[in-house]
Amino acid sequence: MRHKVGFKRLDVKESHRKALKRSLITSLFKYERIETTVVKAKAVQGTAEKMITRAKTDSVHNRRIIAKDINDKAVLAKLFTDIAVRSKERAGGYTRILKIGFRPNDAAEMAILELVDRKSAEEKKDEKPAKSSAKKTAVKAEKKPAVTETAAAESAE
Amino acid sequence: MAVPKYKVSKSKTRSRRAANMKLERPVLSECSTCGSKIPSHRVCPKCGFYRGQQVIETEKLD
Repeated sequence: MRHKVGFKRLDVKESHRKALKRSLITSLFKYERIETTVVKAKAVQGTAEKMITRAKTDSVHNRRIIAKDINDKAVLAKLFTDIAVRSKERAGGYTRILKIGFRPNDAAEMAILELVDRKSAEEKKDEKPAKSSAKKTAVKAEKKPAVTETAAAESAE
Repeated sequence: MAVPKYKVSKSKTRSRRAANMKLERPVLSECSTCGSKIPSHRVCPKCGFYRGQQVIETEKLD
């Protein structure tokens, strides 16, 4: 009797599960790499990939369908104008799940869910200072004391 | 009605139970980057590499 095994129920009610999945998918598109449990990662991977496939064709209709589940205008725009463009050459398999061991608290197996075409740390760094010169100086001012702090910590050791 | 003829000794009871308590040794493979023993299909917790790529940052103890 294989009743109630069609999909991962995640031990929560339908409405809770829907909200949880939306939240995870929004975070995935926003941060491009999220840490969660293996079961949750697998539960949202398929939906997220289907969204990217749909986002490859930018139309009002497609945007409205995706907007049903992504309640964040910035993330929605990013999906259509950035992530979908980056994934243009890829015919599916836009995300990957990496197993990273067990959580200490409840021994749940944890995973990283990330976009295969995600930006590396260096690319992100290049992008940020280019946006505005005002931010550039602010970032520099923040960085300077941080460097001296680490240097002090090293000399203390 | 069928009835046991003899009392089952402590030794018999315990050996019967112990036979089902054996622990299995986990099957481990080697990290291709640092060579430490890790479960297969997992990111190496020691060096943070998976399939030759740095995936997560790990603390250096030295």
